[in-house]
Amino acid sequence: MAEPFLIGEAMTGGYGGADILHACTIAVEKGQIAVIVGPNGAGKSTAMKAVFGMLKLRAGHVKLAGEDITALSPQARVAKGMGFVPQTHNIFTSMTVEENLEMGAFIRRDDFRDTLAQVYDLFPVLKQKRLQAAGELSGGQRQQVAVGRALMTQPKVLMLDEPTAGVSPIVMDELFDRIIEVARTGISILMVEQNARQALEIADKGFVLVQGANRFTDTGAALLADPEVRRSFLGG
Amino acid sequence: MDILNALIVFLNFVFVPGLAYGAQLALGALGVTLIYGILRFSNFAHGDTMAFGTMVTILVTWWFQSMGINFGVLPTALLALPFGIAVTALFALGTDRVIYRFYRKQKAAPVILVMVSLGVMFVMNGIVRLIIGVDDQNFTDGERFVISAGDFKTATGLAEGLAIKTTQAVTVATALIVMALLFWFLQKTRTGKSMRAFSDNEDLALLSGINPDRVVAVTWIIAAGLATIAGVLYGLDKSFKPFVYFQLLLPIFAAAIVGGLGSPIGAIAGGFLIAFSEVMVTYAWKKVVTYIVPESMAPDGLLQLMSTDYKFAVSFAILIIVLIFMPTGLFKGKSV
Repeated sequence: MAEPFLIGEAMTGGYGGADILHACTIAVEKGQIAVIVGPNGAGKSTAMKAVFGMLKLRAGHVKLAGEDITALSPQARVAKGMGFVPQTHNIFTSMTVEENLEMGAFIRRDDFRDTLAQVYDLFPVLKQKRLQAAGELSGGQRQQVAVGRALMTQPKVLMLDEPTAGVSPIVMDELFDRIIEVARTGISILMVEQNARQALEIADKGFVLVQGANRFTDTGAALLADPEVRRSFLGG
Repeated sequence: MDILNALIVFLNFVFVPGLAYGAQLALGALGVTLIYGILRFSNFAHGDTMAFGTMVTILVTWWFQSMGINFGVLPTALLALPFGIAVTALFALGTDRVIYRFYRKQKAAPVILVMVSLGVMFVMNGIVRLIIGVDDQNFTDGERFVISAGDFKTATGLAEGLAIKTTQAVTVATALIVMALLFWFLQKTRTGKSMRAFSDNEDLALLSGINPDRVVAVTWIIAAGLATIAGVLYGLDKSFKPFVYFQLLLPIFAAAIVGGLGSPIGAIAGGFLIAFSEVMVTYAWKKVVTYIVPESMAPDGLLQLMSTDYKFAVSFAILIIVLIFMPTGLFKGKSV
């Protein structure tokens, strides 16, 4: 089997001091959705940050399209085609929606109006509110701004850290729909999700982490069907 | 009752001087607020940066004057101003490279950076006094008045005169142009937007590929420019004395904090608020009141709330009141 498009392989490391990740492997194929789930404190966000280079790895490596990017800074990874949406503080609150998207495209020197139009097509509400300060929007709309900002670089991989944290169930469904739409355009999605059941339903691949190590790895459907996964992590 | 003459006295002694002083404070506070928003510390050296920039401008002005170059009715210092800005910007960039960058790389706490800026302040203080001395320097030339009190009286036939000094008109006009340029830069240009993004959310700005070194350098250049312009305008309007510039730090900080640290609009509003408060509280209102009330009720005292020696107390009082009731300032800046 060919190597996945993006893979963080046998990653070990932490924020200094004790390791949080123990030989943890996360991967996503081109145009697919991979979801990281697990209990609180399992190292889900840490694994994501490690893939994005926000954490120093003691062992293991990260490869994007076959190229070893373990030593690259997060900024350099953005230039390589990775987009990252942090869980919190993921928008410029004092700037307008449109300025947020422009800042997302900051590293691009070409004309990004097409991408801007695509983002507005994907999130029509943002077009309506494009001259409003992003900090004045609702939680769901802010998440759309955050995802839109990351899409402005035309990434090949989009990494989302709990995109549905703090939004209502209806907005959550809507966000998941949008994420599927993004994946259909050929962008790989890697996301950490608190709402494990819904996330696994849309996932091509699921990674269940426990204490910084892989516990189960399978397709989303298979994990949902696995009685042990259901009992331990999905509440029956 | 003579409302018209009362109004002229008010304009002449309160409004026009307050407007000019407010514009100078606003320009100073803009520099402080920019540094605070982007570099995230209160730059105590800002007053002495103003003194440094003014000193360079004065030296270039003298050089121009010695060569017989002048700016007609306008002060020659305006021609020298670009040189003052350039030298001050280089000095600020050098200070950043040698001093501030070291602490930034260490991710030093803001209070450490404040102390560092205090050190820079003393050094700049010393440099300015070594080069130009501690005395008053008057470097204003050109036409003294736009309208002199005498001309105003003969033109209108009123008992009171309204004088507008050239330096006051120049101050207000320059401040308006500079503010307009600054807002255009921050709102419309790519670099300006990236500075606002950096000020808003540093981590996300880095994630978006905004180059922090560039943002920091541009910030220093703009802050040095604003400081020099504010300093030169103040010096033209009054006179240049290093110690007075050091003292200006208080009303400037009060203006920036009252408006909301990190908010450019707030800095401008704060500048005018502090300036008008200072002028109005320390002005002797006797003349104005005498014109308004019937003759029998004319006041005996000066009707001065506070002697001008205490003008800094006004900044302090406003600062404390705002910090108690609106800790983030009038325009929702960052809390201190």
